Amino acid sequence: MTQMLEREAAPEPVLLHRALGLTDEELGGIRQRLGRDPSELELAMFGVMWSEHCSYKSSKPLLRTLPTQGDGVVAGPGENAGVISIGDGLAVAFKIESHNHPSAVAPYQGAATGVGGILRDIFTMGARPIAVLDALRFGDPSEARTRHLVDGVVRGVGGYGNCVGVPTVGGELVFDPSYGGNPLVNVMAIGLLEERHLTRAAAPGPGNLAVLFGSATGRDGIGGASVLASATFGEDETSDRGPAGASPRSPVSSDRAALRSKRPSVQVGDPFAEKLLIEASLELIERGLVEGLQDLGAAGITCATSETADRAGTGILIDLDAVPRREPDMAPFEVMVSESQERMLAIVRPDRFDEVTAICRRWGLPCAVIGRVTDDGDIVVVEGGVAERGPAAGARELARIPASALTSDAIVHDRPAVPPQRRRAAPAPGAPMVASDHLPERGMDPGAVLLALLGGANVASRRPVFEQYDSTVQANTVVGPGHGAAVLRVRGTSKALVAATDGNARVTDLDPWLGAAMSVAEATRNVSITGARPLGITNCLNFGDPTRPDAFWQLSEAVRGLGDACRALGLPVTGGNVSLYNESPSGAILPTPEIGVVGLLDDSARRVGPGLAADGDTIVLIGEVTPGLAGSEYAALAGAAPEDGPPGLDLDLERRLQAFVREAIGRGLLASAQDVSGGGFAVALAEAAIWGGRGALVRLPIGSSPAVDLFGESPSRLVVSATPRHVPAVVLLARQHGLPVEQIGTVGGARLVVELTGSGATGAAEERGSRVADSIDVPLPNLRHAWEHGLARALGWESPAFASQGR
Amino acid sequence: MTRIGVVVFPGSNCDRDTMHAVELAGAEPVELWHEQASLEGSAGVILPGGFAYGDYLRAGVIARFSPVMRAVAGFAAEGGLVFGICNGFQVLAEAGLVPGALLRNRGLRFLGRDVHVVAEQLDTPFTRLAGPRRPLRLPIAHGEGCYYADSEALDDLERDGRVLFRYVREDGTVAGDQDDPANPNGSLRAIAGVMNAAGNVAGLMPHPERAAESLLGSDDGFGIVRSFVEAAAIAERDPAPRAATPAGAVA
Repeated sequence: MTQMLEREAAPEPVLLHRALGLTDEELGGIRQRLGRDPSELELAMFGVMWSEHCSYKSSKPLLRTLPTQGDGVVAGPGENAGVISIGDGLAVAFKIESHNHPSAVAPYQGAATGVGGILRDIFTMGARPIAVLDALRFGDPSEARTRHLVDGVVRGVGGYGNCVGVPTVGGELVFDPSYGGNPLVNVMAIGLLEERHLTRAAAPGPGNLAVLFGSATGRDGIGGASVLASATFGEDETSDRGPAGASPRSPVSSDRAALRSKRPSVQVGDPFAEKLLIEASLELIERGLVEGLQDLGAAGITCATSETADRAGTGILIDLDAVPRREPDMAPFEVMVSESQERMLAIVRPDRFDEVTAICRRWGLPCAVIGRVTDDGDIVVVEGGVAERGPAAGARELARIPASALTSDAIVHDRPAVPPQRRRAAPAPGAPMVASDHLPERGMDPGAVLLALLGGANVASRRPVFEQYDSTVQANTVVGPGHGAAVLRVRGTSKALVAATDGNARVTDLDPWLGAAMSVAEATRNVSITGARPLGITNCLNFGDPTRPDAFWQLSEAVRGLGDACRALGLPVTGGNVSLYNESPSGAILPTPEIGVVGLLDDSARRVGPGLAADGDTIVLIGEVTPGLAGSEYAALAGAAPEDGPPGLDLDLERRLQAFVREAIGRGLLASAQDVSGGGFAVALAEAAIWGGRGALVRLPIGSSPAVDLFGESPSRLVVSATPRHVPAVVLLARQHGLPVEQIGTVGGARLVVELTGSGATGAAEERGSRVADSIDVPLPNLRHAWEHGLARALGWESPAFASQGR
Repeated sequence: MTRIGVVVFPGSNCDRDTMHAVELAGAEPVELWHEQASLEGSAGVILPGGFAYGDYLRAGVIARFSPVMRAVAGFAAEGGLVFGICNGFQVLAEAGLVPGALLRNRGLRFLGRDVHVVAEQLDTPFTRLAGPRRPLRLPIAHGEGCYYADSEALDDLERDGRVLFRYVREDGTVAGDQDDPANPNGSLRAIAGVMNAAGNVAGLMPHPERAAESLLGSDDGFGIVRSFVEAAAIAERDPAPRAATPAGAVA
């Protein structure tokens, strides 16, 4: 057998392992784990399993520091998705994952398969997918390439989600030039399951059958994870011409020409097959016919078999010839690493196989026994038929690798992290609140700035995008996209699930710890202001090349901020995904920690929205502004990099703020609750007015800078409204939680009026030669128009050409 | 309890929602798998929304050939009540059980939003309880919902009172044919739902089953579901001589 392996060994292993994305050090690690030279096939299997995408070899040491325990956590990191109990014997499964690089190469298929992949992670756990949220980031919206990517990605998300019948209920859309060559497509999926149906992705019980069902295996997505998700882009790949891969300086680049012809690296999605896969998988689980279930994603059969075996401490003997193929003459490594979509691996007791095939047949899905669970802990690949433990007579054993060597015992790198020379910290508490000299301060017209911000590509209504999604299928959508967090009722109970995603990349770029912590604070705040209690966090960390010490420092600081914020708010991190090498020749993206949160509303009737609810209600500002305009939409609008830092974050204040708003809503004291984030106080109030369809008259005391008070984005602030008789209770409750609280105005009228008062309000008006005090005074229809048309204008979607575009 | 059959094609994705709404309306939903030829004593049959068989070729074009559709056509020919929603409407049109065709939305994009429709006829099995002539707010979610028929056929439909639903503006005025956001897909004469000549088969693009509970923002669609369920219950109690219309010919 050993001789056979030597025969199989690559003539020039050095070249081959590099072509597969493995470093010389990693080849050493493989030799050490095998105690010999790997065969060609074994090298290919290590190549995909030790890719950044599958092995987390750079981020593992950081992720270990995150809090993962919490009330009701049923499954955490390491499983396909986090699962948290919500009572009544029910649990929610959720996870966010990236599909950045495939989407840069082929936007429609990249985004579509991104949705398909994360949905499989959910129903693999035994949960029926009930919602999708997509967090998207692109470059300058005025550029043709950006518009091409936005159009393709949005169609892809919709084309897949709409067809499988899972509503797309929320997400994010952010534009920044840094994403120009490398867009971000992060997709979060949520599922609902009966706890008794929780299914693990393990392969227990030697003698059990490894059953592959769903689509046949083809050449699509060969090495997608290792080639695409674990290397930096070069010019030639960041186009639809594909296939994608590494830039000249990345390890995968050598021998590309040889691989190019063989490796279409972007998978192709079939939502119809996925829909059948969902129904068949859930039926198998409900009937108790599977011992374990794992979807096939990155690294295909290699990943599914080694991970399930390693989790159960078993091995799997794979009969290569038994794998149903889409095309003839596939090389063994192609079959083992293919990322053909819509496939599942089920571990089945032999006596139940007939029932399993019957169900697969009912759903029109091919299914085949491709191997058997063994007790030797090895993943063994055999060509020419299998016997009890290995090849049948005359058959050849092509690979024998300990399952752990491919997964839990995969190589881990201890990367150096070095902070950049020049950093800007948040202004010290009590620092004077003055806007940077670079920013329009003296002489600015706050009303004009507000309209410009509302109509800006990052603030304006996302309707032109989310209208291309089905957000109401399954008939559970209480609040869909467009108004903060999404709310989904849990049928058969009074409960509702609330979900939101947020990621503050600009601040992360200035201070990774702060940016990540702020992202957690904002995402959870968006859930809390509906009255819901956040249950847990999933995260997608989109960063640059981890072999660059400054990029790795950003990642490690962000993970530290993520952990600190979750501990302060008492929330577990139940899973997520890391996407590195997000760079293009034009440079690295803004480091982007994308946070997904799921919360629970015990009584869906006791829910408030962000829109002003009734004329005559009192508007109350909770929390207070702190200095720091860096990273704000206002600073971006002014086109200047302010010299002050980003605003600071007090995690304990944030915790008390969210506890306050949940209690106030639970006691029925609030009519509306809106948080202050992008665009600052003025935009928050304007959105509340637009969504509520009513104006407001507000008197805002200015400390020393109208720009900071109106447009600063310091966190931990809410604009709430309450009927006058509840106001004393609201004020008292806020004080009890140690929160600054101020009654600032009244709901009503057809205009939004914000009068600036106090010492900081003077000056600008005089310079404009005006006698009146500075103030915002804009008719509601003007606000609505700016907000509703901003995005379509930015993307050129108002032109006739767009109307006639087809796919 | 009255049994309402809900057809499940591979790719149907509103079957559960529809069964839920049927239950709310007090009937017993019965799943009718696409391969079965029996309607299991259903008093009425609903074809739900989704992407039957993936809809890769053209919406509904393959579904019409399934065994269950032969049974549904026979049921319809004997006067049985059949209601197609969204993809179900597309399937009925492809099968020739209702007149007209559903083309790609004028904007060539999938559209998911709330629209307003008005029930034009209140004396049909599909609209009796839809409420007085007021705008109903219902969600749409489709890429091929532009109703088309030649002008002669459209005149016939209007003359015979077989236009069941039209897209209207919020104030109730009928939406225009083109470039009117109130007519989301550019349907001719703003037609959202039609009925066959015998008056027992109808199709509707918007989703009444998704607007059957106020918690979800609108219960304007519940009256439509209840109309169908109650009409089916009456037909069940009184199996009087049904209009024997050959399936297909009705269109």
